[in-house]
Amino acid sequence: MISDADIILIKEPKLSAADKLYLTQIAEGVKVTLNHLFFKPKVTVQYPEEKRKLRVDNYRGVHRLNRDPDDRVACVACFMCETACPAHCIHIVAAESPWEDREKYPQQFDIDELRCIYCGMCEEACPVDAIELTTEYDMVGQSRDEMIFDKEKLLNVYDQTKDIKPRKNPKISGYQGTGDREKYDQLRERLEKMIEEREPGESKSTGTEGNVQ
Amino acid sequence: MLSWLQNQVVFSAVLSLVLIAGMMTCVAYCIYFERKISAWIQDRQGPNRVGFLGLFGNFHFWGLGQPIADGAKFFLKEDIIPARVDKPLFILAPAISMIVALIGFVVIPWGGSYMLGDTIMNVQVANPDVGLLYILGVGSMGVYGVVLGGWASNNKYSMYGAVRATAQMLSYEIPMGVAILVVVLASGQLRLEEIVLGQVGGNGLWNIVLHPVSFLILLITLFAETNRAPFDLAEAEQELVGGFHTEYSSMKFAMFFLGEYVHMITGSAFICVLFLGGWELSFFGIGPAFPGTGIEDVGLISVIIKIGVLAVKVAFFIFLFMLVRWTLPRFRFDQLMRLAWKGLIPVSLGILVLTVMGVYMGWQRSVLFNLGSEIAIVAATLGVVILANKPVTGRQDNMPVVTQPLGG
Ligand code: SF4
Ligand code: SF4
Repeated sequence: MISDADIILIKEPKLSAADKLYLTQIAEGVKVTLNHLFFKPKVTVQYPEEKRKLRVDNYRGVHRLNRDPDDRVACVACFMCETACPAHCIHIVAAESPWEDREKYPQQFDIDELRCIYCGMCEEACPVDAIELTTEYDMVGQSRDEMIFDKEKLLNVYDQTKDIKPRKNPKISGYQGTGDREKYDQLRERLEKMIEEREPGESKSTGTEGNVQ
Repeated sequence: MLSWLQNQVVFSAVLSLVLIAGMMTCVAYCIYFERKISAWIQDRQGPNRVGFLGLFGNFHFWGLGQPIADGAKFFLKEDIIPARVDKPLFILAPAISMIVALIGFVVIPWGGSYMLGDTIMNVQVANPDVGLLYILGVGSMGVYGVVLGGWASNNKYSMYGAVRATAQMLSYEIPMGVAILVVVLASGQLRLEEIVLGQVGGNGLWNIVLHPVSFLILLITLFAETNRAPFDLAEAEQELVGGFHTEYSSMKFAMFFLGEYVHMITGSAFICVLFLGGWELSFFGIGPAFPGTGIEDVGLISVIIKIGVLAVKVAFFIFLFMLVRWTLPRFRFDQLMRLAWKGLIPVSLGILVLTVMGVYMGWQRSVLFNLGSEIAIVAATLGVVILANKPVTGRQDNMPVVTQPLGG
């Protein structure tokens, strides 16, 4: 309920006689516009030549598929990202890995960039940090098909952006026998310790609860 | 050699062709500059990409190719004629709008006289005795295209736009006519060329010095006549979609658009001729005529200078049109009506009465009398405004304080 005390009466500002003729007010307005016309700096950015600085470093733009230190695709085709993706825009075909250190690798890895909502869930889901969103936002294509990025293209994006945005955890996917073995073992140790330290009940918590959090 | 040109009829025909071509180019670039100025006022860059086919690499000439691209785009767009429109009128309306705007400028004296061989030509397409009445008549015909377009569109928004335009024109024709009448009375002439000659340095002062208030009234009504902001209620895209041109597309829409800009140019030229000495450059008629702009100068160079002087004056007014458009918000309809009927018409009538008295006494060129009467009018208006003690916005100043408890 609205009580009388809540009502604020706003009075129209009193105009002087000159103001009532409008002319002084028009002059005032013209002064403002002239000032903008001649003296104010332009705020627009000349886009393709000049790019605006992103206000956040974790801007979620086009995806990339990371390479491991041996320059192979880091993805192990676990389908976590495809499962997590709310837009169902990742399509993976897994195959037996030609390498010793892992079982599977993606034979085909397509992301429909037009369907993607750039939520970043795939990046969150990936156990080996193989898929990441970059800060690139200006991708163009002349057809819908062109905007379905395949494995080559996604790896290519990695090659182009690795200097701007290095891979988050480059060493964790150094699988046995490859990469920085020492660092890998350290990480492994840390991980195992973390699992041990956990309360017994917590480790049994289902994935759904984790997501809700 | 140029003897075939020495006939005023032929000369006028050639001149009108040149003028139409020049006018269309000017209009195209007016639109470009309007976009630029609006952008600058809003701290943007405006169109700056379209150069000339990329012939000059990455240099785009500040987007100067834009009008050409715009024109081509208008021609290539699909021209939709909705199913239930009144087809003949629907097609006719933009044409009328455009033609009426274009024929207005024939009586504008662009550059005095020109000595071609041994004949003196008027640099003016036509110089009828009733030049001023002609331009008034033609100018108010402009609304005809708007009304027809709105009516024929069979769309209620268009109809609203048309009705608004009609009411607005009816109201603003009156102060416009009266303000012009003041000049006519004071100079005793209806020929535009003669009105200019009356203001040439040495002959007399520019009319703006003698009748500043009439000038202001004419300027305001000109904004209304050309349907420009703050008087663009006929279009009012926030309320009426597009007003009278809601249903128009492609070149038909462009013709309304071009008509508006041509109207602006003609109107500005008209106000320059009436109040600012036309092609003459003697600084309010106080100093002597600028070399090359006197009556006796009839050479080619002087004609070019005269046209240039008029063009600069017109350009100033067009700039003013644009500046005001991007400064002032649109009037509400009742404010528009109040401004005309309670503001401009009484003031202009007051000036008319005083001028008539002046003419009767033979004081029509006296600075003292004219300025005195203008000041008297302004003072009287201010007095009335103060005495009335009502806001011109029309909102209730003294709304009773709510004492009843609300809700419950
Ligand atoms: S960003 Fe979101 S929508 Fe896009 S692919 Fe990843 S999970 Fe799917
Ligand atoms: S979650 Fe990571 S490792 Fe698993 S399929 Fe997706 S990109 Fe590959």
